[in-house]
This record gives sequence, structure tokens and C-alpha cells, in this order.
Amino acid sequence: MLTSLAVFALVGVGLVAFGSRLGRAAFVVAALPLAATAAWAGAQLPHVADGGTEAAHLDWVGALNLSLDLRLDALSVTMTLIVCVIGVAVCVYAAGYFEPDAPDLGRLAGLLVLFAGSMLGLVQADHLIVLYTCWELTSVTSFLLIGNRHAESRARAAALHALLVTGAGGLAMLGGFVVLGQAAGTYRLSEILANPPPHSTALTGALVLILLGAFTKSAQYPFHGWLPGAMAAPTPVSAYLHSATMVKAGVYLVARFAPAFATVGVWRPLVLTTGCVTFAVGGLRALRQHDLKLLLAFGTVSQLGLMVMCFGAGTEAATMAGFGLLVAHALYKATLFMVVGAVDEQTKTRDIRLLPVFDRRWRLIEWVSLAALVSMVGIPLTAGFVGKELAYEAFLHASFGWSDLVLGVAVVGSALTAAYGYRFHHGAFTGPRRERPDPTREARPDCPPAPTLVMALPAAVLAFAGIELGILPGVGDKITGTVLLAYGHGHGHVHLQAWHGLNQPLLLSVLALGGGAALIVADRRVQPVLARGGAVPSGGQVYLWSLRVLGVVSTRVTAFVQNGSLPIYAGVVLATAAIAPAVALVLGGGWAGLPPLADGAEVPVVIVLATAALGAAAVRTRFSAAVFLGVCGYAMAGLFVVSGAPDLALTQVAVETLSTVVFVLVLRRLPQRFERQSTIRRRVVRAAIAATVAVTVFVLALVAAGHRITPPVSQEMVARSVPDGHGRNVVNVILVDFRGFDTLGEITVLAVAAIGVVALARVGRRADVEPGTSGGTGSPSTGDPRPPAGGAPRVPRRLPFVEVSARVVFPIVLMASLWLLFAGHNRPGGGFVGGLLAGSAITVRYLAGGIDEVRDQSRFRPWTVLGVGLLVAALTALAPLAFGKSVLQVASGSVTVPVVGDVAVSSALLFDAGVYLAVIGMVLMVFEAFGEEPRAPRRPAPSTEPGPTSEAVS
Amino acid sequence: MTVVLAAVAALLFGLGTYLLLQRKLSRIIIGLGLLTHGANVLLITAGRRGSPPIIGGDERAFADPLPQALALTAIVITFGVTSLLLALAYRSWQLTDDDEVQDDVADRAVARADVVHAEVEDQEQVIAREEQP
Repeated sequence: MLTSLAVFALVGVGLVAFGSRLGRAAFVVAALPLAATAAWAGAQLPHVADGGTEAAHLDWVGALNLSLDLRLDALSVTMTLIVCVIGVAVCVYAAGYFEPDAPDLGRLAGLLVLFAGSMLGLVQADHLIVLYTCWELTSVTSFLLIGNRHAESRARAAALHALLVTGAGGLAMLGGFVVLGQAAGTYRLSEILANPPPHSTALTGALVLILLGAFTKSAQYPFHGWLPGAMAAPTPVSAYLHSATMVKAGVYLVARFAPAFATVGVWRPLVLTTGCVTFAVGGLRALRQHDLKLLLAFGTVSQLGLMVMCFGAGTEAATMAGFGLLVAHALYKATLFMVVGAVDEQTKTRDIRLLPVFDRRWRLIEWVSLAALVSMVGIPLTAGFVGKELAYEAFLHASFGWSDLVLGVAVVGSALTAAYGYRFHHGAFTGPRRERPDPTREARPDCPPAPTLVMALPAAVLAFAGIELGILPGVGDKITGTVLLAYGHGHGHVHLQAWHGLNQPLLLSVLALGGGAALIVADRRVQPVLARGGAVPSGGQVYLWSLRVLGVVSTRVTAFVQNGSLPIYAGVVLATAAIAPAVALVLGGGWAGLPPLADGAEVPVVIVLATAALGAAAVRTRFSAAVFLGVCGYAMAGLFVVSGAPDLALTQVAVETLSTVVFVLVLRRLPQRFERQSTIRRRVVRAAIAATVAVTVFVLALVAAGHRITPPVSQEMVARSVPDGHGRNVVNVILVDFRGFDTLGEITVLAVAAIGVVALARVGRRADVEPGTSGGTGSPSTGDPRPPAGGAPRVPRRLPFVEVSARVVFPIVLMASLWLLFAGHNRPGGGFVGGLLAGSAITVRYLAGGIDEVRDQSRFRPWTVLGVGLLVAALTALAPLAFGKSVLQVASGSVTVPVVGDVAVSSALLFDAGVYLAVIGMVLMVFEAFGEEPRAPRRPAPSTEPGPTSEAVS
Repeated sequence: MTVVLAAVAALLFGLGTYLLLQRKLSRIIIGLGLLTHGANVLLITAGRRGSPPIIGGDERAFADPLPQALALTAIVITFGVTSLLLALAYRSWQLTDDDEVQDDVADRAVARADVVHAEVEDQEQVIAREEQP
């Protein structure tokens, strides 16, 4: 069994991928696995009909208790036969239906095979999750099949409709399966059905969800809208979809579950109501259609309702009746669609107002159609009659309440079936002959040629089978009996029989046919009444309505959640970040007592820090705020000193110096003061969030202080610093060795930020240039930062004293930064600090001489420095790989350098040098971005492209 | 960790948050700076405090080096972030003469408009056509 499914998958995918050059022969290939499976299932038939089963098992995800379980019993084998036999017929028909040069036939044939394979998996699955998977596979493949003519918006819309409806139902069903599986303690279908879990609310919910899946798939009212739309598919696909697959999946599911669950409270009311309404509504709508294919589509909806009624009732006779109807429907519906396809192909119309246009050559098709129709309508000696008789019988003697009502609906629905059956035949064949199908189209011969035998034969065979089963229902009876046995019904007094004698069901049949005849005769009067039925919402309208509601809701939700306001986003994030840990603290935190109040040395530092922070938040001028922030930074450095972190203190001082300069460079452009704009309410909210955050942090810090339960990992780092890292400054060893990857990532972030800074600052620069003020601006867009040769940017006022001091200080600071770099592995220092100090040296030069002074210092452009730094660090990190060692492993030798002392010349130093260079590059780039004198007027030129004039000038 | 340090960290966080919720980019940047300082205080006090962790001294008195390394990384990253935000403020000044963060125009449009997906309109047409008898 597993092999056969694998073959379907292989053949299907193969055809989709390579089948295009086969042309129509692709359908012959597609028919092969179907025929083989049909033969196999046929061989199993005697064995299975005697009550035997075939099973297959393959472990899938053991941990989740998921396995591929397949099981072939009487119901499965019947469905398998239907899927395969109709599938072969459809393939043969398709080979005749399509023009030889039609595009993408391989794809279509492959999808058809995949579709059939999914359907086989569905009917053979013995595990709820496998069943669900196959269920969704049929949804997906049918989506692709319906949307086969994907260039047409109509086909796309229909495909999407089908996918959304059946997909949503499938998801509901999955939920139901999970609840059911948990309640039953197993996901094996056969075990669940043999020992159904006790009745409970959970079980009821599960069944409702599962039925929702079945109803969407089987196009029950009000979910039926997708099925008429699905006729956008090519006719062979429609024939398959409507008869043997897809819609039958839902019916199959109901048939599978009914024996075990029909007595659960919710089942019968739900299933029977849905079935009855669908049966009636489908029939009424079919009576109004002019399009043959639509007429059949609503006919399918209607018949599915009848099948759901029969299987859902769950009594012995009703199940048997459903069985007969299922087989009969597959046979006659496939035939009728094939007939419509032939008519459509030859006449290019399916409208009964333009038909019929046929002569004697069409006699074969006409007879085939008639043979299928009599089975549909339920004339004696057909499969349809056998099923329908039994249905009446079942509802006549049913043991559950209001079965009389159901019986009434069944009879009325059958009358409608008879009426639209006649409408079909009369409209297509026996009505007054029309001369030209469509005056707007080009002239065509009076009567189109009859379809080829390849198209007629499959239809004829299926129609004949429908009649044959009606006369000799013995095989079906035996199988059905077994189906019933398997679910604990005794195989007693009901049988599928060609003729039950003169009894009540026959009377009802006659009544139904008479009603149908009356409807036909009174057609002119009936149609206006039917037209009022338009007030009842159709499946399409229900679907559109849900779609609109979804759209509105999602828009509202989006508008609420994604409102575009940064303060609101930040507020939500921060409040959540404060409240969630606070809740956890309150619920689970133990209080380990207060830590000491204060440590003598830190008090003055803390006072400065707090004051400066308050100042930074309170002042209303930008410069003052920046200065206060700078003071905060220096206070932090002081805190680091008293905490035993000299590296941090150094870094903080260097960063603070640079930051302050950068702040000033940017803030000089901005207005001096912040205007107060926000309302009181906003300020209160803001303060509330801020207070929440502060309190949480305070409590968190105090609680965390008392909760160290394991020794810190850094003890090991201290121990391994010299032997493994070849350095005595543990912090630096951590940075360049133990956690070197972090550092590499960090300088990468720095590089990205630097690129962003330059890009943002320079993007509008060309617009700043006023044409004519200078001979040209060089070519900033090409990235050349050097001043243009001919241009004379405004030279800043220079102070000779400052300039000279800067030149003196510069090399000294630069030397110091190098010393920090080299010494950093063993003493406080390192690449970051060194780089930042070098950056400060550059700052000094900038302050003295402006951006040109900075540019003169380096023969390389800022991004080159940055890139080289990054590259050196990365290569150093990767180099050990070349020697068969691990990433960032340190190789070392020690060299004594005058002044600096004992220097470990190790790869770690090289790595640190990369960091050093990257930081310098970053600083240079920041100056490159902000350092130029503002020379444009405050108001930028139109933010669009610069005019052609400036182009011409430069 | 001492109570005073916990308090100052809380103060820095609170003030940082307050500024972060403003619309002026320069205040946001200042707020982020304060927030970072607060985070660094937490980091550095999370470990043991003591003498500088340089081998040769008394290892038992060492301050915890790992939080220091983390804080060092944080300081340098903050420099990068601050620069980038300043560049944003600079760009904002170029375009609007101010550094105010405005609401996202596209998001506001979504909030106002009754957006109907094009595909839905497609479907409406198709279904309308099919239901014409």
C-alpha cells in the first residue's frame, strides 16, 4: 500500500517536471498507476469483502507517536476502486478532450496523479494525522487543478475560494482530531472507532469541528459556494472532482465516523439538518441554471446533501443506502460531466438557451447521457434507483425522532432531482433545435461534428456500469454488508436489491417522479417563484461576506497594533519589559534580605551621576542635555574605577570624549531648545511607564544581588587566562580570546553603524550645493572625501595656538594609544581603548583644523581603515583553522620591546590590532559624516534630485 | 551591589525611559545614553567587586572580569548606536528642519483606509457574474 502511494508521488512529480513534452500521452502515463491500483484493489476485493483487512505501518516521527498507518477495509477498498476506476476513465477522456498542442498537459496530468494519490491516502489512512495530511494535500492539489488556467482571474479566484473554504474546514478538523485523539488516548482510527471515547463535552466539540471539515469539503450549505466556482477547471478535472474525489472525502469521513458516533447528542441534528438543507437548496438552484456545467455542479451539491443525510443517520439501512448512492453518483456524475465537456468542446457553448444543435451523429452521446440521467433521477433498474429506494426505506423505518421530516425532504429533493435531470437532457439534446449556437461568434457548420470515440467511450463505460449495478447489485450488497459488519451492525434484513416489490418506497419513488414531472410541466410558473430564492444568501455571498469581515477586522487590528507612532511602540515594549519580570518576581522571587546600603568610595560618584542624569532629563536645551550626559559618562568612569575595572574606566572616558564631540557636531544644526508639545495626559502616561520601569529595575537589582547560587564562570576564565590566553589582563583575554566571537560581531556592528552614519549624513549632500557657489564639489557621490581640486570650501577660522598644540599633542596621544594596544593583553588597555584614544587624537586635530586637517592625516580613506581592521580581525580568527586548530585559538611567543616591556606577540595581539583599526575607522567615518562645515542654507533644496544645472556644473 | 547603586540604576532607567518616550530624536538619544549607563551599572554590580582582575594580584580579591568585558562591549556598541541615531537626527534635520520622529505615514494610511484586498475584488466580480442566472 505504501509502495503504491510512493509510486503516485513519483509519477506525479515526474509528470509535473518532465511531462510537458509528452503532450496528450501524459494522460496515458497518468492512467497507469491508477489502473494498477485498481487491479490491486480488485484482487483484494474478495478477501476484504469477507471481512478481512490489509494494513501497512511505517514509523514516521517516533517521539510524537506519529506513524504512517494505512488500512484497507471494505469501505476503503470501495473508495479506492471508485477513485481509481473513475480516474482511469477521466485520464482516457482527457487524452481525447485536449488539443494535441494544448500547453502544460504534463503538469495537469501530474497534478491529477498527485491528487488521486492524496485521495487514496485519505481513504486508506488509519491514523488521524495521516488522514489530515492527505486531506490537506487534496485541498492543495485541487487548488492547483482548479486554477489550472492561471492566466484567468476567474480561475484564480475560484481556486482561492476552494482553498480558503476547504483549508479552513481542514484546520477545524485538525483541532477536532487532536481533541478526539487525546480523549481516546490513541490516534489510530480503527482503534478509536472500535472503542469510542465516552460521551463528553470535549467529544461533542471535537465532532462538531470534524464535521465542519467534512461539510466544507463536501460542499454542504452554507459552504458550498466553492464547488460551482470550481467548474473553472478543465472539464476532465471537474468530472473527477465532482464524482470520485474531493467532495467525496467529506462524505467518506461522515461514513467513517457515523457508526461510532451517530448516537452522540449533537451528531444527528447537525448532520441531518445540514444534509437536508443542502439537498433542497442545491436542487432548487440547479433548476435555475442555464449553464449545463453549473446545473450539474448544483446537482452535485444537492446529491452530496442526500449522501450526508444517509450516512449521517447512521442506521443500518441508511448507511447501505448512502453506499449505493455514493457509487451510483460517482458513475453518473462523471459521465454527465464528460458529456458536457464533449458538448462544450464541439459547440463552444454550454448554455441551454443556445442548445441543442445536434443531429444523428450525436446519438451515441445522447444515449450515454440519458443512461446516466436515469440513474441520477432514480428510474428502476439503475444504481441510483437502488440507493434511493433504500434511502426511503431507511427513513420510513428509522428509529430516531423526526425521521418523517427527513423522509419528506428526501422525496421533495428527489422530485427536484428529476426536474433538473429533465432540464439537462431537454436543454442539451431533445429541445427545439437551434440553428446557430451563438450569433455573435463566427459562423460555424450547422451541426458540429460528434466527439471522437476516445471521449465517448469512457463516458459510455461508466454509464453502462451504473445501469449494470442497478440490475445486479449483488457485489455491492456483499461489500456493504461487510462495511456494516465491521462497525457492529448486524447484516440482516436489508439488502441492496434491484427490485423490492410493490411497497411504500416504490410509492414514494413514483411520487417523487410525479412531482418532478409536475415541476417540469409548470416550469414557466415555477421559475418566478424560484427567482425569489435569490434572497436566501448563496454560498458565494456567505463566503464574500466572511472575506469582507476578515478584511475589516484585520485592518482594524493592524491599525490598532501598528499605529505608526514610535512613542507608543516604545511605551508598550518598555512597559511589558518592566511588568512581566515584576510579575515573575512577585510570584516566585524569594527575598534574601537587603544588601549593604552603600560602599564608602562610591557615594560621591553616585551623587554626581544622579545629579547629572536628572539634569540631562530636565534641561530644555540640546547642548546642555548633551553636556549633562557627558558628565554622567565621566561619573560612570569614576564608578568603574572604584569597582576595580580600569579597562572600563579608560574606555568610558575615551568614548565619552568622542561622543560629546559628535553630539556637538550634530546638535549645532538643530534648534537650540526643545519645544514643549505634549499634553499633560501624555506626560503622565510617560512618567507612569518610567516609574514602573525604575521600580522594577530597583527591586530586580536588590533581589538578584541576594541570589547568586553558583560560583561565577569567570573563575575558570581567571584560572585559564595565562595558560590558555597568554595574557594577564583577564578582561582583555576574555575579549580577544574566550569571547572573541562576540568581539568580532561587535566590530562588525560598528562597521555597519559607521556605514549607516556616512550614508545617512551624505545622502542629501548634493542637494546642499548651490549651483555657482563653487567650481564643483568634487564628486561626493563617488565617495571621494577629499576636497575638490578646484573648489575652495570655506576655510574655517584657525587659531594658531590651538593648531600648534594640536600638532604637538597628536603624536603623543597616538603613541599612547599604541602603547595601550600592545600592553593591553597584560595590563589595562587593549584594542578598543587604544582605538578610541587614537580617535581622540584625531578629534584634537579636527578641533584645530576642521575636516581637511583630519583628511590630511590619513592616506587611506576611513572606510579602508575600517575594512582592513575588520578583515584583519576576521582572518586572525579564522587562521587557526588552516593549521588544524579551532577558531580563535591563540598562538603566542613573547618579545621584549623597549619601553613597552614584555609583549606577548600572539595572534591575540593581531586580533586586537584589527579591533584597534576598526575603531579608528569608525571614528574617522563619523567625522567624515558630520565634520563638514554646514555650508548650505538651513532649508534643504527640494528633496528630489538636484536639477540639471548642478549636474552640468559638476 | 549596594542599595545606593540599585537606586541609581533605577533612576537612570527611569529617566532613560521617560526620555525614550519622547518624539524629539535628540532627547531619545540622551535617554538611550542614560539607559545604557543604568544597564552598565547593573552589569558591573552583578559580579563581585574588588581589585582589577590582572593576574599577579590576589586572585581571591579580583573583581569579576566577565561583567566587565560585557560592559566594555556595551560601551563601545553604544557609541556606534549613538552615532547612528545622531546621523538619523541629522538626516531628519536635512529633510524637515527638525529632529522630530513623525508617525509612519503608511501605517496611518492603513489605519484610516478600509483596505479591501485586490484579490477579494476579483472574487466579488467572479461570484457576481456566476450568480447571474
